[in-house]
Amino acid sequence: MTGKRLNRGVAVVGAGMSKFGAFPGLSTRDLFVQAFQDMRASVDKGFDPNDIEALYIGNYSSDLFEGQGHTAPFMADWTGLAPRPATRIEDACASSGVAIRQGIIAIASGLYDIVLVGGIEKMTDLPTSQVTDTLATASDMLYEIPAGFTFPGFYAAMATTYMHKFGATPETFMKVGMKNHTNGALNEKAQFGTTIRKVMDGKIAKAEARGYPVPTWEDELEFLHDDRANPVIAWPMRLFDCSPISDGAAALLLVSEELATQFSDTPLYIVGSGQASDVALHDRDDVTGLRAAQLAGKEAYGMAGVTPADIQVAEVHDCFTIAEVIATEDLSFFAPGEGYQAAESGGTARLGSKPINTSGGLKSKGHPVGASGIGQAVEIWKQLRGQAGERQVPGSPTLGLTHNVGGTGQTCVVHIYERR
Amino acid sequence: MADNDFSNTAFHQYLAEYKLMGAHCEACDTLYLPPRPMCPKCFGDDMNWVELPERGELIAFTTIHIAPTAMIEAGYGRDNPYISGVVRLENGLSISAQILGLDANKPEEIMIGTPVKAEYVERGEDEAKKTFLAFRAE
Ligand SMILES: [Zn+2]
Repeated sequence: MTGKRLNRGVAVVGAGMSKFGAFPGLSTRDLFVQAFQDMRASVDKGFDPNDIEALYIGNYSSDLFEGQGHTAPFMADWTGLAPRPATRIEDACASSGVAIRQGIIAIASGLYDIVLVGGIEKMTDLPTSQVTDTLATASDMLYEIPAGFTFPGFYAAMATTYMHKFGATPETFMKVGMKNHTNGALNEKAQFGTTIRKVMDGKIAKAEARGYPVPTWEDELEFLHDDRANPVIAWPMRLFDCSPISDGAAALLLVSEELATQFSDTPLYIVGSGQASDVALHDRDDVTGLRAAQLAGKEAYGMAGVTPADIQVAEVHDCFTIAEVIATEDLSFFAPGEGYQAAESGGTARLGSKPINTSGGLKSKGHPVGASGIGQAVEIWKQLRGQAGERQVPGSPTLGLTHNVGGTGQTCVVHIYERR
Repeated sequence: MADNDFSNTAFHQYLAEYKLMGAHCEACDTLYLPPRPMCPKCFGDDMNWVELPERGELIAFTTIHIAPTAMIEAGYGRDNPYISGVVRLENGLSISAQILGLDANKPEEIMIGTPVKAEYVERGEDEAKKTFLAFRAE
C-alpha cells in the first residue's frame, strides 16, 4: 500500500521526560518543566528555546484530576514560551501521541519549523474510585458505563473473548507483566523500578520481619495467582495486569527535516504516522483486535515504506497486559492468535526477536495517561540513539515504532522513527 | 411514552416500559442499537423505532471487583463482584449490559456463547429511579 506523504519531512531532535510516579505537591506544570529541561539537555548541539514557534500539549483530564482546565497556555508560560500559540490535544490516553501527530502536521504544512510537543497528567491527587470514574469518561457514558463497565473491565472482556478464541490463559497475561517489570527495573524513570520477583521477595521479608505467617510462593507465577497478593480487578485482569495511577510529563522537540542536523548529531526522522478512530466496543464485529490500531499501523507503514518485520524495537500501549498482546497482532508483528505465544515464549522480551516495551511499558514505567504517548517516543529516542543504558536493545537498531491507544481503541495513533 | 428523538433519554424511557428499542433506517433498511438520529451508513435521517429481540448470547464478559461509584452505590464491590458483558442479540446487534444469573465469583465457569434474555433492572430511589438494561443467563 502506498500511503499519503507529508509535504516535508519532520525530525525529532530532543526528547525528555519527568520521572513517572506519584508526586504529591507537584502539579502538571511542575512536571512539565522537568520534562522540558530533560528534553533540552538531550539536544546534542543545544538550542535557544526562543526559537520554538508553537506548542501542542496532550492532556486527558486535568479538569477532573486536578481541577485545572485550559492547561496548554500554562505549559507555555512555565517554560517561558508565552505568547506562542499553545493548544491542548485530548484523545484520552492517546492525547500526546496525537499531539506528536499535530506537531508533525503543523511543520509539514510549512506554517512552523520548530515545534514543542508535550504530554502531561497528574492523577494521584484523587482517590482510586474517582480516578476510575474519571477514566471511565473516555468510554461511552450513555451506553457502556451504565452496564457497570470500568476500564480494566473493558480490557478484561477483550481478554475473555481472546482466551476463548485462541486458547490463551490468565498466565499468558501474567508473563507479559513479568516481562515489563523486568524491563522497567532497568529504567531509572520508571514508577516501579523493580521486578515481580523483588516485589514477591519483599513481601516475604516483610512478613518474616513482622512475625506474620510467611507466604510460601514457589515462584512469580504462584505469587501472581494469589488472590490476596494479586487481587482480581476485573477477571482475568489482576492488579499486576493493570498499569498504575501515575503523574508525569514528557516532551519532544520537532523540527523540519532540513533543520535537523543543526540541532542534533543523531536526529530521528519521523518516517510514518497513522491515526484512526472507532465505534464503541460493543458495536465492533471483533473485540480481539483494535481496528483503529490496525488502520493506524497500515497508514504509518505505508507512509514509511516499511513492513512490520523491519521494526526492530517498539513501545506499545500496554495499559493492561492483554492490550500488549492485542497490539502486537494489530501491528502485524504476529498473526492474530499468535501474539500470546510470542509473549509466552520470550519473543517480545528485550533480548527476543521483537523487543516490545523495553522501557517497562505503561505497566512498569507508569501511565500518566496524557503523557504516555510521548513517554513511548522518549524510549524509542534512547534505543535508536544507543542511549538506553542497561536496557539497550542489541544490534544498533535504526527503526522503531510507537503505538498509543485512547480508550478502548476508539483512538489509535502509530509513529515510526528512523535513525539514518 | 418516548419522544421520537432517538436519544438516550428516549431509549431509557422505553426501558422503563420494559421495552428494548432500536432505530431503523427506512432508507437503507439498517437497524441500530443504541438508537441514533442519523444513519451512519447512508447518512439519511428517516429513522423509526423498532422493538428488538430480547434473546441473544454472551460474546465478551468480565467480573468486576473494583467497581465504579454508581455500582458501589448499588451494593457491589470487592466482596460482591458483578458481571458486565457484551451481548449479541438474535438479529446480530450488540450491546453492553450487566449480566445476571451467573456466579461472579467463578469466572472460569462462565462460557462465551451463554444464551441470555433481557431483563429490566431498576436502580435509585424516587426521582433518581432509573431502569437499566441487563441480561439474565437462561
Ligand atoms: Zn441508512
